Amino acid sequence: MVKTKKNIYRSKRSLLFIKAVIFFLLAPSFLGFSLTNSSPRDAYVAAGIGDARILIPFLADDASSSSICKLVYNGLTKVDKDLNIVGDLAERWDVAEEGRLITFYLQKDVKWHDGTPFTSGDVKFTFETILDPRSGCPYISNYADIEEIILVDEFTIRFRYSKPYTPALLKFGMGIIPEHLFRDRDIRTSSFARAPIGTGSYKFVRWESGQYIILEANLDYFEHAPGIKRYVYRVIPDQAVEFLELVSGGIDSMSLTPYQFRYRSETHDFTSRLEKYSYLAHSYTYIGYNLKDPMFSDGRVRRALSYAVDKKEIIDAVLLGLGESCTGPFLRGTPNYNESAAAYDHNPAKAAKLLKQAGWVDVDGDGILEKDGVEFRFTVATNQGNQVREDIATIIQSQWAKLGVKVDISVVAWSAFLDQFIDKKKFQAVILGWNIPIDPDSYSVWHSESMEKGGLNFISYSDHKVDVLIEQGRREFDPSKRSEIYRTIHKQIAKDAPYTFLFFSYATPAVNKRFKGIKTAPAGIAYNFIDWYVPEDEVKYQF
Amino acid sequence: MNRRITFGITIIIILALVAIFASFVATHDPLELDLSLEGRLQGPSPEHFFGTDNLGRDVFSRMVYGTRISLSVGFIAVFISMVIGLFLGGVSGYFGGWVDSLIMRIVEVMYCFPTFFLIMMVITFLGANIVNVMVVIGLTSWAGLCRLVRAEFLTLRERDFVHSAKVQGVSDMRIIFRHILPNAMAPVYVSATLSVGGAILVESALSFLGLGVQVPTPSWGNILTAGKNYIDYAWWLTFFPGVAILITVLSFNLIGEGLREKLDPKLSESR
Amino acid sequence: MKNYIIKRLLFIIPMLVGISCILFVVMHLAPGDPTSMRYGLNPEVSESARANFNRMYDLDKPIPVQYWRWIKRFFTMDFGKSMIDDRPVIEKIMTRLPATILLQAVSLLVVFCIAIPIGVISAVKRNSLFDRVMTIVVFIGYAAPAFWLALVLIFLFGFKMQLFPVSGMTPWYTAYLDEGAKIKDLLWHLVLPVTVTAIGSLASLSRYSRSSMIEVMGENYVLTARAKGLPEKRVILNHVLRNALLPIVTVLGLTLPVLISGSFILETIFAWPGMGRLGYEAIMNYDYPVVMGVGVIATVLTLLGIFLSDITYALVDPRIRFNK
Repeated sequence: MVKTKKNIYRSKRSLLFIKAVIFFLLAPSFLGFSLTNSSPRDAYVAAGIGDARILIPFLADDASSSSICKLVYNGLTKVDKDLNIVGDLAERWDVAEEGRLITFYLQKDVKWHDGTPFTSGDVKFTFETILDPRSGCPYISNYADIEEIILVDEFTIRFRYSKPYTPALLKFGMGIIPEHLFRDRDIRTSSFARAPIGTGSYKFVRWESGQYIILEANLDYFEHAPGIKRYVYRVIPDQAVEFLELVSGGIDSMSLTPYQFRYRSETHDFTSRLEKYSYLAHSYTYIGYNLKDPMFSDGRVRRALSYAVDKKEIIDAVLLGLGESCTGPFLRGTPNYNESAAAYDHNPAKAAKLLKQAGWVDVDGDGILEKDGVEFRFTVATNQGNQVREDIATIIQSQWAKLGVKVDISVVAWSAFLDQFIDKKKFQAVILGWNIPIDPDSYSVWHSESMEKGGLNFISYSDHKVDVLIEQGRREFDPSKRSEIYRTIHKQIAKDAPYTFLFFSYATPAVNKRFKGIKTAPAGIAYNFIDWYVPEDEVKYQF
Repeated sequence: MNRRITFGITIIIILALVAIFASFVATHDPLELDLSLEGRLQGPSPEHFFGTDNLGRDVFSRMVYGTRISLSVGFIAVFISMVIGLFLGGVSGYFGGWVDSLIMRIVEVMYCFPTFFLIMMVITFLGANIVNVMVVIGLTSWAGLCRLVRAEFLTLRERDFVHSAKVQGVSDMRIIFRHILPNAMAPVYVSATLSVGGAILVESALSFLGLGVQVPTPSWGNILTAGKNYIDYAWWLTFFPGVAILITVLSFNLIGEGLREKLDPKLSESR
Repeated sequence: MKNYIIKRLLFIIPMLVGISCILFVVMHLAPGDPTSMRYGLNPEVSESARANFNRMYDLDKPIPVQYWRWIKRFFTMDFGKSMIDDRPVIEKIMTRLPATILLQAVSLLVVFCIAIPIGVISAVKRNSLFDRVMTIVVFIGYAAPAFWLALVLIFLFGFKMQLFPVSGMTPWYTAYLDEGAKIKDLLWHLVLPVTVTAIGSLASLSRYSRSSMIEVMGENYVLTARAKGLPEKRVILNHVLRNALLPIVTVLGLTLPVLISGSFILETIFAWPGMGRLGYEAIMNYDYPVVMGVGVIATVLTLLGIFLSDITYALVDPRIRFNK
């Protein structure tokens, strides 16, 4: 399983079908109109390796649960197909007092699946519950700056912040739960945690533990009724079996591996039934250097190592070309990504020169560089169970060997990896990946304060200029000014080369051909799921 | 009946030779990558007898080196379990009394507990590597041997040679290991032979769950596991390692079963 | 007999305490913990939220205290709550147990129906072609790695020929079927998993019944019966079979741990919603309470199996009185 930075909007398994099922276009689209005339039909069977855990949006921290929650619940805001923040349960909002006061004006005709009207009280209740430590919401710190929640009227609500916090708008995408069902109950053990009532496009029907979850179209959905009658989530723990199920028709979609995408999708069984899609996934893979290690404290050494890495060979070998090289921590194609940042294109000569300048020379002629009698030899660690990273380690080892750098590989189980290497900062170099959140705030990974315990700046990157910019970025509500800040951050980080940024991979889902209306966009394919439909003569599940 | 033993021993000897002389048998470097599109997932050919895997490595050569891993996991794990089983079984059968009942209670615990669950757990929590795999399999599979040795000791300790050794003042430990044990070994060999096959199966099952010997070190289990994702495209990746495991385990079982019949003409199976 | 039963039942308690102790120590002394497993390198989850999680599940207490709390609850039949979804462990296990029992029971039945005839015929026609071929066949079945066999069968019969379903037990669409169709669908889904489970266990049972038959056939009363001129068929059916097959009941008890061990992998491959898969997933997620629960329940099941087979044996065979 890929272990990358997770957030509620995105975690690995969701790339395929849900990344933003509810992040659809401004409705009603042309298709939406055409659908209002016919009733929803057929069923869409998705699959994942793990069962859902708990169907409360702010407690769902795994991909399966959040994907179901996205269909059953709505947030105040959501992200559209181009990753812009737009209203969901909130019709609109305004920001006042330099970002410290946010007012949401809610949709007026929304009903919970049990028929009760949705009001601002539900919103207040949801965020009060999140902020109550007894609820055990893992994302509590995202809302920690909320000072006061003010109910203005039934459909207007205000949030007062103790300090401006730009990412807040996106955090309001958290699903809203019904107050009338959860008040004075233990949220975690309530029956609604396993049989949810929401406002979303699909209603919960049945959950057979370890096997499947069935959802049914919400005909009264406030945007418009979905085109597909049932949404089924199936648990298939083994990925080899999952693929066999996909091709033989047991499931309608899954996320293909690069090998499946390239090699195995040519058979007649596959092409006659399935359509492949590919788009840039919101994550990147990198090699991180421990800057507290004297070997890597010299920027020239890190730049040399970056120059010595042939990213194209890695992308071709590991992803079979299904990826793009990466130069910084933001999503390519968004305004935050700086195309002019240092790219470190493969250049062994320059790498050798930089190392020489830094004092690393092969004195004794054994093919390994030395400096002050110490060999240039270090350990690259990564977590067990991630084939891509293990393969990268093998390839990197041979690429750096050509430079006279000797690398040992250490592959350790995830939990022990965190415990022994990351938390204690006892590593030299690691191969890991981050998910790229839609909000570019980089405090937890790149700010020097995040070097402390609990932060994710485990490589100990510290640059005053970047610190200041990150703080500015958290206060700036103007989109273009904000993007400018992150472009500068990108440039600075690329120059310092604390990571060797490797690549963004492509998400490569396959979906059964009978589903029409699928359009890839920066948000993936699932953002307009309610607009998908199956032509009458291709319906597979008639009941 | 002897044909089974002959067959089994022949196969095991061949495998042992392959393992020892792996570098001569292998046609390629088992770790050498060929990342070109044509180089990966090639079917069997005169160049690559068993084809190539997803990183273009020669499967035949990987399996040749994997023989080392599989056999050594089998033998070392069984050796560990034999040491424990012989010691505890000997002590238990010789002394009897509370020592015996204590050890037998522990044996019963080991019998009733689904050992694979424990093995899976220990490997997950302590980390997957070849040493852990061998040790954990060894530590969890001695119960049967222990019972067997104890039963032999119960009858042997009443024999005259034991009594005379006692009279001569020979120490208990010496009597156990020098005098009685050699006479109790026959059924132990049978059981140990069968266990080697069992240990190889457990290693491959652990590999299937990603808990076995770690890549890039080749073992039959992890070649098979890596291959399962290509089962409909590259059958050779699952076929050859699966068959190799099957034949090896089969050989050990045929030897064990043949020995058992030889030792016990009446064929009464000791439980 | 009564003493034996009481002794056995009393022994279960220290045994479970011992096993739970082993499990607990292994889990807690190992590096890593459920919190880092779940929230490691997650920028959305702050240090205080993790500490809160640790507090909620007592993970901040010393290990002996945690174990003591577990044991205290255990004696009230309370296994605690899963750290993954806050459901009571016992409820999670009970929803998964029927699937495992169904698969194992059907497999055992199939094994008995196939292995015993093989063993009996092999013994009667000792060293015949049938005997020799069957010996090899059952040993091949034992030697084939179960997960490999499962993959091969899924690939051949589920994927290529599409005769049987690739995976699952009761698919989602059965929710919309009537009872008869549901049962038919379930049987259809049972074929491949039962085949794989059964093939692995054929060897021990058929070999056991074979040697047991051969042994009985050498007994004096059988020889006498033959000498009296009884037809061979009647000798076998009336005298040998009965006495030879009695001890097989005990093999049942010994087959159970093997079947349960196999379920951890097979249920994962076949997407079978059983307890084995639950246990495997719990281990992978460091879900301590569920790991403990599955370990204990699996042991109890095995004990129960051995216990029942011992008692049945004593009941059918009057010679045995457990005079220990």
